[in-house]
This record gives sequence, structure tokens and C-alpha cells, in this order.
Amino acid sequence: MSSDNRLYELTIGQAQALLRKGEISSVELTRSVLDRISQVEDRVRAFVTTTEDIALRHAEQADERIKTGDATPLTGVPAIIKDNMCTRGIRTTCASRMLEDFVPPYDATVVERLNEAGMVMVGKGNMDEFAMGSSNEHSAFFTARNPWDVERVPGGSSGGPAAAVAAGETIYALGSDTGGSIRQPASFCGVVGMKPTYGRVSRFGLVAFGSSLDQIGPMTRDVTDAAVVMNAIAGYDRRDSTSVNLPVPDYTKSLIPDLKGIKLGVPTEYFVEGMEHGVRDAIDTAIARLEELGATVDREVSLPSTRYALAAYYIVAPSEAMANLARYDGVKYGYSHDGNSMWDAMEKTRGHGFGPEVKRRIILGTYALSAGYYDAYYLKAQKVRTLIRREFDEVFQRYDALITPTSPTVPFKIGEKTDDPLKMYLSDVCTLPVNIAGIPGISIPSGFCEGLPVGMQILGKPFAEETLLRIAFAFEQATEWHKQRPEF
Amino acid sequence: MKLSLEEVLHISMLCRMELTEEEIEKFRNQLSNVLENFEILQQVDTTDIPPMAYPIHLENITRDDEVAPSYPQSDILANAPRAEDGQFRVKAVLDSHE
Repeated sequence: MSSDNRLYELTIGQAQALLRKGEISSVELTRSVLDRISQVEDRVRAFVTTTEDIALRHAEQADERIKTGDATPLTGVPAIIKDNMCTRGIRTTCASRMLEDFVPPYDATVVERLNEAGMVMVGKGNMDEFAMGSSNEHSAFFTARNPWDVERVPGGSSGGPAAAVAAGETIYALGSDTGGSIRQPASFCGVVGMKPTYGRVSRFGLVAFGSSLDQIGPMTRDVTDAAVVMNAIAGYDRRDSTSVNLPVPDYTKSLIPDLKGIKLGVPTEYFVEGMEHGVRDAIDTAIARLEELGATVDREVSLPSTRYALAAYYIVAPSEAMANLARYDGVKYGYSHDGNSMWDAMEKTRGHGFGPEVKRRIILGTYALSAGYYDAYYLKAQKVRTLIRREFDEVFQRYDALITPTSPTVPFKIGEKTDDPLKMYLSDVCTLPVNIAGIPGISIPSGFCEGLPVGMQILGKPFAEETLLRIAFAFEQATEWHKQRPEF
Repeated sequence: MKLSLEEVLHISMLCRMELTEEEIEKFRNQLSNVLENFEILQQVDTTDIPPMAYPIHLENITRDDEVAPSYPQSDILANAPRAEDGQFRVKAVLDSHE
């Protein structure tokens, strides 16, 4: 096939069908994606590292494997991996000066699983430094752009992977989500992003940020692709003591295009002050559509503790981050600054190696955990966390899933919120309660507001990813939002 | 509630992270604003509510102590800023006057 067939725009499902029929080869598909990267990457800036040689080698191996009839649904399909997941022999930077030259000696479990499935890795995705941010502007290297409007942010922290999926620089991506870092950029870039239940996907080899909040998940062009990637990455891993040993279903079996018998709730607290009218309209229309598809919808559900979630999150997450980032001491790996003594060298290493947002959160976390403030901040936040989880548990006795906007706004302009951390933190107000509770959530394309994508978030009970995928799939089948592509 | 200069300096010592004067002043203002907003938590009645550290119930997980291959020493030291004789090299831990 010639290059003007725009193979880089395919979904995993479409690519796999062509690969199996022998109509295209993985090398052709990979070259199409690599060509696309060289055409648009100077405007999108989604990659910290591109791995062209490795990709072509993977593609050749995949073509051999497909010939033997041993292919999986991901064999030969290009992917971008967020740059906080360890890739053996390929630098893993977390978009930080601290890890600029760090080359992991091992693969993250998710990378190992995708490699076994036949992934073609085209590169490592740009992000906010150590996954702390909602706009990608906290990358220590450069800011990824939103393909729908390059003057606007792609969201964060998985902004690079989201932008790459939207711009045709990959077929799918892996992101990570601590407070919305998969779902919010998916919403901003008009793609599908799923945060699985805490414990569903192994965190081994994911550079730790908030250990009780972090979860890896797929970022894709449609819901079917998200199910396919979930099949490959979900499951117990003895190397992650918080991964849960439950059987993994075939997620593609949950893709049923009708919602008869599904009970949905709309929590009023998620339609917050400051929410853009266009976002509200798009979500209202989407909810009406779900009703037409057979779901019953209660628009008056209440989760009163939601208003405390932001404060609880921004105490718990920085506290965990502060402990996790204590390991960057300039001794074992990473950036190292000279000094007069061991302590002086360590203080300078951390002072120069971390960027401003990471420093802010380390200070906030250290403060919340320090003597005299522990009870008032950290312990209090953990108790509020229990209340938030209990409210979700109670509501999920009556509803199969909850529907909310993913973000109260469409993508904002670059530079708009960088001077006001609190304003930036508010960007995650609809997504972070989900990490606090440890439940699964998915964001899917659900409309546009002034030419910019709007995402709908669907939340479910722990380990009810199948329900979320079913609802998302039914909506997708009845709409055309996921087929829209930015003009480039 | 306004963070004092002394508090920020104390915290930066606790987390062993050097800050410039501009950073200290900037973080002091920004984080005071953030902490002020967190006062909302004091409105919540959490009497008899247990703290939640993890979303899933965890108990100690043990495994058999079996010998298994590990990473080669050279792989682990490859990322070290300074290594010597198969070890990480650091500055003297104790000051001479201590």
C-alpha cells in the first residue's frame, strides 16, 4: 500500500484486520506512523524520545510472527509509552532533569506484557515532570501541544501520549493516572482514556508518584481498542504487592451496543461552579443519548463529600510523592550535583534536579507530614478519603455507573494557569475523587465546544471495567464523536 | 494561614532540597493560598471515621525465600553518577568536626 493511505489513522482493530489478511505489513504501518511523526512532531512535541530503529525491528519481527499465525490483537501495532514506565535499555526520564540520562535495567510489567503481545514501540511520551501537572507545561524539556489547537494545552500529565494518539503519531498509548492524568488529557485531545480500578494493572516499573493512587491504563481512538489493550495489560503481578489477584475477563466481550437495564446516576456535585456552558450542554446531550439507548438516568444523585476531594487529594498525593521522591539523592542514579559535603551535595542535587511543580509538591507533602501538622492535614485527609469512598459504595448499590464531565472546561491556552497552582489543581476536580476512592473511570469523546473536544466520564464499582466499557461502547456506536480528527 | 519564612526553610531542610530566595518567596505565597483553601477539611466531621491508606484491603504478603536470578551488578551501577570497585561512591557521611 502507498503512504497516502494514511495508515497512521487506523484503530488497533482496523490495523489488525488488514495485517491478518496480509493487505498491509507491520513495517508499512510502522513506516506510515514514523513518517507522520517526522511531519508533525515539531508542532505536537508529544515525544521525549522516538525509537525509530527499535520500532522497525519490532515491526519486522511482528511480520514474521503474523505469518506463522501466532499473532495477538496487538502484534505489529505501533504504540507510545508514557515516559514514566521503565523500558529496558531505553531512557526513561519522567520529563525531569533528574532522570534525563536514566536508562532502566528492566522493563515495567506492562511493557513486558505488550512486548510479549508484539508491540511496535515508536517512542516515549512527553508528560508533566514526574506526572505532576494537568497541562504538560511542567515537562522539564518542552510542552506538548493540543492537535486541535496548538496554542492550547493537551492536558496532563499524560499529554504527550494523548496528543500523539490524536495527531496520528501512534495507533495507541499507555498513560498513567494519579488524579486524572489519563482521563483529562484524553478528554482534551478527543480520545478514549481509561483508568482501571486500583490494583487491576501492575505498577511494577511505573516510576512512583502517589503509590495509593497511581494506575496505568490505555489511551486509544475507540472503546474497542481500550478493551483490547486492557486484555493485554490487566492482571495480577507478584512484583506489585498491591496488584489484585482476580481473574481477568475478556474485556472485548463486554462490548454490547445497547443499554437496556442499565441504571445511571448523574452526581450534581460534578457540575461545578465555573464549568463552561458548552461543556455542560455537550454532557447534557450525551446523557439524553444514553437514555435513548435504553439506560434509565437519575439526574439528582448526590455525593456530598465531593467538595472536600480536592483538598484531601492535594494533601494525600504530595505526601506520598514526598516519600517516593526521597530516593533521588544523586547517588544511585539520576542527576548528581557536587557539593562540600554529602548533605550539601544532596540538597543541591534535589534543588537543581527537580522543577518548580515537583518542588512545590514535595514542600506541601513534607509540611503535611511534619510534626504538629500530621493530624490536622494528613490524617484528616485520609479520614475524608474514607468518607468519599463510602459515598461511592453507597451510590453504587443503586446505580451501575455514574456520568460526569471529565473536565469542567475545554483545553485552556498555554500559559493561562501556570502562575496559579490552585487554578491548575481545579482542572482535576472531576477526576481526582476517582483515584481517592480507587474506582475505575473512562473518558470518551462526547462532543465539541467551539471546535474543541469535550469528554464524558463514566465511573463504576471497583473491578466493573466491563460495565464502563459496555456503556462507552454503546454510546460510541450511536455517535460519531470518536471519528473526528484534528486537521493537520 | 500564611507560611513563615522560617517554616519554609525548615521544610526545605527536612526534605533536603535547596531553594533559592526567589523560590522561597514564591512557594511561601502560593502554598499559603493552597493551605488556606484546605481549611475546608476542618469543617468535615470525621468522628469515628477510620483513615484510609489504600483503596484495597491489604495484609502482609509473604513469599517463599527462593534463590532466583537478580540483575547483574554492572547493570545496576551503570546509572550511578560515581561508582568504584563495584560500589556507589558518596561523599564522607560524617563531617570531620563531628
